[in-house]
Amino acid sequence: MFLQTLITGLSIGGIYALMAVGYSLVFSVLNFSNFAHGAVIMLGAYVGLALATKLDFGFGLVLAGSVAGAGIIAVLNEKLAYSSLRRRKAPSLYLMISAMGCAVFLENLVYATIGSRFYAFPEFFGRQVVTIFGSSVSLLDVGAFLFALIAILGLHLFINRTRTGTAIRAGVCDMTMCSLMGVDLNRLIAIVFLLAGAFAGVAGVFLGIKYLVYPTMGWVTNKAYIAAVIGGLGSLPGALAGGLILGVVETFVSTYISSVLRDVFSFTLLIAFLVWRPNGLMGIDSEEKV
Amino acid sequence: MDYILSIVVLACINMIAVLGLSIFTGFTGLFSLGHAAFVGVGAYTSAILTYYYSIPFPLALAAGAAAAGAVSLVIGIPTLRAKLRSDYFAIAILGFGEALRVILENLDITNGARGLPGIDSFTTLPVVLLCLAVGILVARNFLRSRWGVACIAIREDPIAAEMAGVRLFQTRLLSLVVSAVYCGLSGGLLAHFLSFIQPVMFTLLQSTQLLAAVIAGGMGSITGPLIASFVFIALPEALRVAQMWRLVAYGLLLVLIMVYRPQGLMGYSELSSLWRRKVPEPGRRQL
Repeated sequence: MFLQTLITGLSIGGIYALMAVGYSLVFSVLNFSNFAHGAVIMLGAYVGLALATKLDFGFGLVLAGSVAGAGIIAVLNEKLAYSSLRRRKAPSLYLMISAMGCAVFLENLVYATIGSRFYAFPEFFGRQVVTIFGSSVSLLDVGAFLFALIAILGLHLFINRTRTGTAIRAGVCDMTMCSLMGVDLNRLIAIVFLLAGAFAGVAGVFLGIKYLVYPTMGWVTNKAYIAAVIGGLGSLPGALAGGLILGVVETFVSTYISSVLRDVFSFTLLIAFLVWRPNGLMGIDSEEKV
Repeated sequence: MDYILSIVVLACINMIAVLGLSIFTGFTGLFSLGHAAFVGVGAYTSAILTYYYSIPFPLALAAGAAAAGAVSLVIGIPTLRAKLRSDYFAIAILGFGEALRVILENLDITNGARGLPGIDSFTTLPVVLLCLAVGILVARNFLRSRWGVACIAIREDPIAAEMAGVRLFQTRLLSLVVSAVYCGLSGGLLAHFLSFIQPVMFTLLQSTQLLAAVIAGGMGSITGPLIASFVFIALPEALRVAQMWRLVAYGLLLVLIMVYRPQGLMGYSELSSLWRRKVPEPGRRQL
C-alpha cells in the first residue's frame, strides 16, 4: 500500500513537474506568474487530440505536434499580450492580470467554439500494467514519470551547456546588461516561451490521456503553480523537486487522511511557503527592489 | 420590468463588492485574487443565520459582513506581516480563497457543493440602494480620514510612507478588513436576492471579475470601478444573444486594458471632477 501510494504520487508529481517547468522558465526571465500557462496546456491537449482522432497519428507524432502547437501558441501569447507591457517596464502585476485575461479568453474561446464536451484520447498504452517491487503501476504512469525526468534533464542541459542557454541564464541575472552584450531580447524571450510552450504541450498530452480533454482542464495547473512555488519559482531543479514532493504528499494525504482535504492541504502549503519561504526550496532571492 | 429590475439589483450588489475591493486595490495598492471568497463567507453566514436560525435579515447581513471581516484576518495577518511581494500576496490570497471554497463544498451546514436552496428573498431594490449609498458614503469618508490618507500614501510608495511614520502592517490590514466587510455585505445581499447559493459562485473567476472591474474602472477612483462593474453586469445581460462569447470578450478586454490603457476608465479621478476645474497633480507616478 505504502509503495503503491508512493509510486502513484511520483507519477502525478512528474506531470506536475512538467507543468511547473513552464511557470518557472517564464518567471525566471520575466519575473511574473504566467497564469495563461494553464490555457496553453489545454490548447496543447486539444492540438494533440485533433491529431490523434482526426488524422490517426501515432503517439510520437501526436506528442511532437502538440509540442509544436503549444510552443507556437505560447510565443504568440507573449507577442500579443505581454511584449508591449514588457517594453514599457510595467509592474509585474500588470503582466499577471494580462495573463489572467489570456487564460479567461482562451478557455472560453474553446467553450464557445469547440464546446464543453469531454473528449478522450485513443488508448495509446492500453491498460498495460507493470509490476515494480510487488506493486502494480500502469504503464502510462511510469512512462509519464520517465518522460518528465528525461525532458527536464534535457532542458537543464540545454540551459547550462548551449550558447542560447547561457544567454537565457544571463537574462535571468540582468536583462538590461544582457541586451547591452548584444543578446536580442525579443528573440531570447520568444525562445523561453517556446520552451515553456513545448513543455505545456507534453504536459497537455499526458494530462489528456490520463484524465480527459475539456476546456477547464488547465485549472490543474494551479497545482503545478504550487509545485513551482515549493521548489522556488525560477529554478528548474526546484520545479522538478517541488512537483515530485507535491505529488507524493498529496497522494499520501488523500490516501491516508482524506481525499477532500487534499486541495485544502495543497493551498495551505502554498500559503505557508509564500509566507515563510517565498523563495522555495531552491529559488534565488527575488525581493522587490526599491 | 421585473427582469430589468433584477439586473439593476444584481449590478448594485456587485458594485458593493467592487467598492470594497477598490479601497484595497485602488487606494492601498494591493492586488487580490481571492475577494470572491469573502463574498462567499458573507453569503453563507447570513444565509445560514436566516435559514436555520430565523435571525432577522439586517442582523444576519451584519453578521455576514462581520464574518467576512474576521475571516480576512486569518489570511491578512500572516501574509501582510511577512510583507510579501505584491504578486505573491495576490497568489497567497488566491490559494486562501480556493481552500475556503473547498471547505464550503464539504461542510454539512452549507449543504456541500449542491448549494443552499430556498433562502428567503429579503433583498429588494430599496434595501440594495440603501446599502450601496451608505457604502459609498462610508468609503468616501474612510478615504478622507487619517487611515485612508495613510492607505493612499502606501500605494504611492510603501517605503516613503513607512519613513513618514505610517504603520504598513496595521494600515494594510485595516484596508483588507474594510474591503472584506464590503464583500461580506454584498454576499449577504446576493444570497437573499437569488435565494440560492452554491460554492462555485465564489471562485477565482469571480475574484478576477471583481479585480477586473476595479482595474477597468481605474485605480484610485471610486466612481470609475462602480461604472465599470455596472457595465460588466448589465451589458452582458442586455446582450443575452452573445452569452457564449461574454467571457471571451471579457478576457480580451482585460488584456486590451492592460496593453492600451492600464490606468483604466477614470484612473485617479472621480466622475465629479469632470465638471470641476482641472488641477494638474504634480509628481503622479506614471504606471
